[in-house]
Amino acid sequence: MNALTARQQQVAREDLVLFINACFACTGQKEFYSDGGRQRVSIDFLHRYILGNYRLLYARTLAAGINDFNASQIIVNLLATGRLVESAHRVEEGALIAAALRRLPPQRAWRVLATLREREINNRRSRAIVREYAGSRDIVFDSVKYRTKVRSALRHTHDTKAGELGAFLFRGWKQHVFATPLYEAYRAGHYGAAAIYKLPFTIAEGLAVKHGIPRDVFLQKIEAQMTDGEKMRMQRSADRADAKSPVVDWTRLPLTKLTLYALSLTPEQRIVEGERLEAAMSTAARHALRRSPLRLGKVAAVLDNSYSSFGSSEKRRRPLAVAIASDVILRTASTEYRTFWSTPTDDPLSTRAHGQTDLATPILDALDWGPELLVIVSDGCENDPPNGASEVLRVFRSKLDPEHKVSIVHCNPVFDPDDYLLKPVSPFVPTVGLRDAEDLSTMLGFARFADGSESLGELEAYLAARSTSMIMERKPSAAALTKASAP
Amino acid sequence: MKFADAKIIEAVTLAGLTLAPSQVSGSIRLVPVLRPGAPGDLRIARRQYDEELAGVGAGKDCTYFSYIPHGLVMSWSDDGSAIAANGSQLKGRDGRVRDFEVAKIRWMQRIAQRETGNSLRLLPLHLAMEGFLSLYFSGPNIVWTEYSKRVVRHGLTPRTEWAYDGESIAGFENALRIFEIHENQVGVLVFVADAMASAFVVSTPDDYRSLHRTLLADFFGELIWQYALMYKTVMPLTVGIDEADVDDLAGLREAVSNVRHRWGEFHGVMAADLLGRPVRSQSVYQAGPFTLQRFMTDLDLDKENHFGEAIVREDGTMEYLKTYRLSAAQARRAYLLSQLAVAQWNLDDAATSLQTTRNELVLRLEKAGFGYLIEATLRTAASKSAWLLRKKGPFEK
Repeated sequence: MNALTARQQQVAREDLVLFINACFACTGQKEFYSDGGRQRVSIDFLHRYILGNYRLLYARTLAAGINDFNASQIIVNLLATGRLVESAHRVEEGALIAAALRRLPPQRAWRVLATLREREINNRRSRAIVREYAGSRDIVFDSVKYRTKVRSALRHTHDTKAGELGAFLFRGWKQHVFATPLYEAYRAGHYGAAAIYKLPFTIAEGLAVKHGIPRDVFLQKIEAQMTDGEKMRMQRSADRADAKSPVVDWTRLPLTKLTLYALSLTPEQRIVEGERLEAAMSTAARHALRRSPLRLGKVAAVLDNSYSSFGSSEKRRRPLAVAIASDVILRTASTEYRTFWSTPTDDPLSTRAHGQTDLATPILDALDWGPELLVIVSDGCENDPPNGASEVLRVFRSKLDPEHKVSIVHCNPVFDPDDYLLKPVSPFVPTVGLRDAEDLSTMLGFARFADGSESLGELEAYLAARSTSMIMERKPSAAALTKASAP
Repeated sequence: MKFADAKIIEAVTLAGLTLAPSQVSGSIRLVPVLRPGAPGDLRIARRQYDEELAGVGAGKDCTYFSYIPHGLVMSWSDDGSAIAANGSQLKGRDGRVRDFEVAKIRWMQRIAQRETGNSLRLLPLHLAMEGFLSLYFSGPNIVWTEYSKRVVRHGLTPRTEWAYDGESIAGFENALRIFEIHENQVGVLVFVADAMASAFVVSTPDDYRSLHRTLLADFFGELIWQYALMYKTVMPLTVGIDEADVDDLAGLREAVSNVRHRWGEFHGVMAADLLGRPVRSQSVYQAGPFTLQRFMTDLDLDKENHFGEAIVREDGTMEYLKTYRLSAAQARRAYLLSQLAVAQWNLDDAATSLQTTRNELVLRLEKAGFGYLIEATLRTAASKSAWLLRKKGPFEK
């Protein structure tokens, strides 16, 4: 890309930052200010635009720590246009796709592979990717738990020779007696209630209804088969069915998910669970920091708990949970720390999304305290007064702090589909997307590209380095992958 | 306890209230009205009605018909102590409902009906609308031969007006949904394409929060409905900070509070055709220290014209306010009637004062929907003379 003029480089850098930021925040779901359809149309356009103009960087975005929704989109789009890849980058792209697919949760990964059939994508590389992924998984378990998706993916690639897989997935499975215990349990579960407790929870749940098993009895007996996420989801449902709630090991849950759960509790429950929750949250924060270390000095956080941080029916309280989880992470990672809420609150966990968005006052309070780093977590829509924080930051940067003694970063959990970006609080402050507070250290690292101080070359180098490390992480099978993705 | 006489307002003012910066969605601009430290001795709660039509007694032999989605129940304390809102729960018998298979109709005796010692049920905006419809309702008091026999016998009945409900105002529902209610907000000014549409104020923030969405069930004039369809955005407004005036963070803080203040001030200017405009008002009910009244601005066809209802505390604080902006045609109709009334319903005098001829005035009345007031031969003569004028062409005498 050395032939690009300075202006072209600037445009390319801005395009990429815009896209990567969108990939951090957007999930194609309804938000407070916009509906899901608009989100999807908008992000889909961005994907096509970047894929058409910067294919290599588009693929390397997979390694930038983006969210699962966008990773899935990128994988499908890359596989759909395999012919256009330059031969020099073919191997890297294949390895990146395989690595990203392995990183996705299995239901999402199988969904991606099933999409290949819907989009009628069938070439040597896509078949190799499916074969490789299926080989890396416990295919017996996956073919039971994610039956429809696995069936769709494998039907497309005609790759069902292993064991009883073909007989299980396709026609006539009810007539077989399977040697594989899980398959046999699945078949038997359709005829008798005893066998269903050997099956994954989501499969057993439907069969339990079929056999008319009372909910409380079912939940009690199936507990051993539930994942942590399922146990978490079933807490409320178990209460309703008068069953004992499944015991969850909270320390193993990701921080943002835990926060979302805490916010969903009623005030009475929160008082009962309060201490345990807080302990679990700080443990989760330490786990997150161990995975991606972050060392900070004197930090102030301005967090938005206005009514719009409620999110939407599809992303219930997500922006608020991100703000609270960031609070915990920053508190753990910094030597000196203070929080400033847009509507002041004593106990973050008992706060609820309410009130107008006044960011100017907490930002002024925070700057008064004199921090080294100021982190703003907000959806960027402020209304008391409109553009108040924007003006404050402009005057602060241009007159009161021209040497940039205080670094300021704005983290935005919400994608604005009308402008294809994360609504900035001020053009003088870099804005980065943040879907999970655990990604905060990645985001703070990325912020230097968002504020335009680094060139396109540095951004390319950053992405290339992340891409290499992502491929190397899976070194044992990297050789096999390279072979699979070769033309 | 003894209270002073009814406090009748002469102009709509938001005494004791402040305006905060507006929140915009599409063409709808909502301006929060704040009241710090509401005493809580006047509570207003919503009572829902599910009938398709309601008939309400409005004076002797006269009934007001409309679709009425809800009533408001106000309860108050005489000694200024805070009370709980109990309107919708302690529901006594509120009129009678008759089921006519195709529709249910609720019959109520009065538009403002006392329920218990210290509570009153009123039908929001319908109270003011009924006042507007009953203007000059009795018709001519001298039996001029120009008027039809029906008007002489029965007055202006049936006097009708049309309005659009909030749900049909494009984008209004979304604007209310994403509006972020302030901590001590008690009301809102509604602008559509930056034209003043309505003001709604209650006494306490809790009541406002529960009544916020009832704005959707209120009614609005045709102009507002059209503006919401025609305009997608509002005028872009920005208030900036001049960095030359700022030397430190304290100065910046002061500048921000200044900006906030200027926003509120400017919204007051935007609503200048309602706020501070002289009104004629009429007391409806005296509830302890509170006076329920309905009012209407003077009819000026070059300005916005509003009518509404208000509850005012004896010290002049606005405790409840709900207004409706007349559409141009509605204002014109009321204006014609008022001119007739001023001229003692003498058509010739009224025509002279409007600087027109008798025939022209008859045609104007007919176009405004008041043809039924005028005697048939006169209407024919008027339309014939208009036809002759047209036929002659513009340059002939």
